[in-house]
Amino acid sequence: MQPFEKVVEQHGGTVLRVCRVLLRRHDAEDAWSETFLAALRAYPDLPETANVEAWLVTIAHRKAIDVLRARKRQPTPVEEVPEAPTALGLPGAADGDLWQAVRALPEKQRQAVAYHYVAGLPYAEIAEILGVTTDAARRAAADGIRNLRKSYPGAIREGAPS
Amino acid sequence: MNVSPDFAASPSDADTLERLRLRLGQAADAEGLLDVAYTTVDSPVGALLLAATPKGLVRVAFDVEDHDRVLETLSKRISPRVLRAPKRLDAAARELDEYFAGQRQAFDLPLDLSLSRGFRQLVQRHLPDIGYGQTRTYGQVAALVGNPKAVRAVGTACATNPLPLVVPCHRVLRSDGTPGGYAGGPEAKLTLLNLEAA
Repeated sequence: MQPFEKVVEQHGGTVLRVCRVLLRRHDAEDAWSETFLAALRAYPDLPETANVEAWLVTIAHRKAIDVLRARKRQPTPVEEVPEAPTALGLPGAADGDLWQAVRALPEKQRQAVAYHYVAGLPYAEIAEILGVTTDAARRAAADGIRNLRKSYPGAIREGAPS
Repeated sequence: MNVSPDFAASPSDADTLERLRLRLGQAADAEGLLDVAYTTVDSPVGALLLAATPKGLVRVAFDVEDHDRVLETLSKRISPRVLRAPKRLDAAARELDEYFAGQRQAFDLPLDLSLSRGFRQLVQRHLPDIGYGQTRTYGQVAALVGNPKAVRAVGTACATNPLPLVVPCHRVLRSDGTPGGYAGGPEAKLTLLNLEAA
């Protein structure tokens, strides 16, 4: 079993991007921390054959739901200050807008897009995380991408990995 | 036709991740989940890996030992809950700095000797009896631990010392006065002997 630090090194970035699709920035960072702390706790019992990334995304999925539920119980009076649109064409500068567009998707679509396009998980794994059929997971991701094309056409490029 | 959103990593991701990783180390420590904390420090004998359990310093490793392999061994032998978390190693790093600056002659750190057993651990427990700037032969150390015939076993105990520098196996030489082997390489051993002779 490799040292847990290697797991953080290899998957930390992907899990952060997944959390950012599911939650706002500070919540996303909290979910990242909660995910890796829970993963660290369970790590010694993880079977050697396990798909570590799918395992981490499954934990992140649950932690994100916890964060969203906690938010609903105690509604925050002040929304996060929206980031001002940038006039500069810097690479990555439009990311914030893309995250916002994805976060505006209905929950299942947002999750399916995050787990397939950000984490790169196959639909069979996503179906298990979401508790739906593989076809339903594939449809949710396709619907999400279609909606995203309408709301944020600049974010879609053609010929990317399916 | 395939379409997908462009979820490229943003340039600030690296900074955010670095911050989150340090925060994870601290949270893990607070939760009692940090079985092995490690960091790396620079030294006159190359980069050193320092690793500690909650009990104390458990491993000091030279660059030539391959730090990735050392971490894998720690993961197997102690626990896979291994994280880079420099805070637990602050005292060890500071004392090593002082040692290399010639300002410290003995280490005052809690040690975890669980990586060695039996006779090897017995030898390693006695090595700090050899004071700064002094040397002993493998034979003398064998006599010191009450087993004068176990010269080769003392050699093995020194060669497998998990805590070089702090447990001063570099002060044990061959009976002909030549330095003998060293985990950090013969040059590192000479550097340390010269440092202490100054």
